[in-house]
Amino acid sequence: MVKILEGIGCPYCGCSCDDVRVVVSDDGKKILEVENACAIGTEIFLQATNHERITRPRLRQPDGSFSEISYEEAIDFAAKAILNAKKPLMYGFGSTTCEAQRAAAQLMEIGCGILDNCASICHGPSLMAFFDNGHPTCTLGEVKNRADVILYWGANPVHAHPRHMSRYAIYPLGFFKGNGFTERTVIVVDPRKTDTAGVADYHLQIKQGHDYDLLNAFRMVLYGYESDIPEMVAGIPKQSILEVSKILKGAKFGVCFFGMGLTHTDGRNHNVDIAISLMRDLNAVSKWSIMAMRGHFNIAGPNRVWCWTYGFPYCVDLTKGDYAHMNPGETSTIDLASRDEIDLFINIGTDAAAHFPIDAVKKLKKHTWITIDPNVSMAAEIADLHIPVGISGVEVPGIVYRMDNVPIQYRKVIDMPEGMLSDEEVLTGIANRLEELILEKAKICSPDSSEPISLESVICT
Amino acid sequence: MISQRTLTMITHRSIEEGIAMEKGKQSREYFDACSVIEMNDLDMLRMGIEEDSPVRVVSECGEVVVTAIIGIQELPPGMCHIRQGVWANQIVPIRTQSTGVPQYSGFPVTVTPAPELQVRSARDLICESVGMWREDGENS
Repeated sequence: MVKILEGIGCPYCGCSCDDVRVVVSDDGKKILEVENACAIGTEIFLQATNHERITRPRLRQPDGSFSEISYEEAIDFAAKAILNAKKPLMYGFGSTTCEAQRAAAQLMEIGCGILDNCASICHGPSLMAFFDNGHPTCTLGEVKNRADVILYWGANPVHAHPRHMSRYAIYPLGFFKGNGFTERTVIVVDPRKTDTAGVADYHLQIKQGHDYDLLNAFRMVLYGYESDIPEMVAGIPKQSILEVSKILKGAKFGVCFFGMGLTHTDGRNHNVDIAISLMRDLNAVSKWSIMAMRGHFNIAGPNRVWCWTYGFPYCVDLTKGDYAHMNPGETSTIDLASRDEIDLFINIGTDAAAHFPIDAVKKLKKHTWITIDPNVSMAAEIADLHIPVGISGVEVPGIVYRMDNVPIQYRKVIDMPEGMLSDEEVLTGIANRLEELILEKAKICSPDSSEPISLESVICT
Repeated sequence: MISQRTLTMITHRSIEEGIAMEKGKQSREYFDACSVIEMNDLDMLRMGIEEDSPVRVVSECGEVVVTAIIGIQELPPGMCHIRQGVWANQIVPIRTQSTGVPQYSGFPVTVTPAPELQVRSARDLICESVGMWREDGENS
């Protein structure tokens, strides 16, 4: 008899849809069907049991081949690598649970390394803008129930967040929006005629890299300087700017969702900063919120966990031993790699080898590279040590933060293959082993010490 | 006929890339989804590039051979798009404007027809870049 599991969380994008229905075989080992999830989410569930998994750690041998080792040996290798590294960096976490992110923080605190997450190459500039300017935001539930104007700026949810429009933003029947999309106006700002632009009421086909100009033009209209606006701004005619400004001002409750179109292009955090300022101006005459379209299902998680741990959401430098600091451009992964400052790279819950510019991969690969990931990703292919773990959100339960920073408890769908460990168990194991190694080393360095040696005293000195 | 022209490159997610990525980065689906450059049809005509033919894309920091297709999501003239992933990242500049984020969108590239060249696999590109590629094909 097959098992039908309801209310399962999807381990793909920042929508973190928690209404997925999964059909599992009677022995509880194979996922047979997935309902309600998007095409990508469905693929993640199905792939979990559709192919041969690597179930034990693999260590690179001198001849270049991989050799299977035990988890204990892998944990020992990783702990010794961290101990011997001057500046270890652990990066990733988009596809891990908050519990694993907490364990990673504990590990890198002991190892005096750097903690960074995928926001570093994604919505990091948005977080910098939030520091500088604050941001009025809301939950996706409020969007569904109240929003009458949806503005997607540099975001393409049809492709990157396939259920965002149907579950939260445009099509759902909300409490105050009982007629769904007929009661909402959709505006898309994008240099391409994307599939999202195809369903919009207004598509502003902006000139690539000129987002700041257009946002500034909207602010000028709000401040009453519309006569000073040139006939064309960022490839958009003045008439369109005035027309859309009226809709923005007339919204009962508008929400701006922005994506990589603002953070990956020239201007980075300044683009987000002025988008927030536009929202502030709009809030003088209307009601507006702004939200980042987060990529991974729990990429908001490390931002939350490390904020309550250290006060910083990403690029957390713990190399000082007794205090943390953060400075994107200095303590961010790509910049550290470009300056070749890192002598141990630990990739977890992401694929840095495929998603970093190749020049950064080359620099990081000059030193020891450890990958902790369920899949044989490119980062696993080039690693010196690959530690496979259970798939978070499918085989490993835990807390996940949705793109609106609402925490959701994800449940387990199937068991991990026998004998495998979760991210959290691997990271905790490495931390415990590292602690033992540090204390052993301290005892060897001070054999005559009568005082018991504490971990804190060793790390802080 | 102009055979070479500077275009503005962007690299973003697509649903084809997302699905293929979950099948595996060494899958045929991932290769088909990500080793393509989407271009404006008039640009292709002007530059003498035939659809589904290999082109060499060169940026300030590297080059990659990909297959040219007319943009599935329409691009304006002067803009091209390689879906995020291994091929795009061969040419993404590492500069971050002190934010940590490399220049994934909005960097100049030249695109030239390269019918004599072959599009290489994700594994070959990565392994060769980090010094793990062997000519006998036994990449390790």
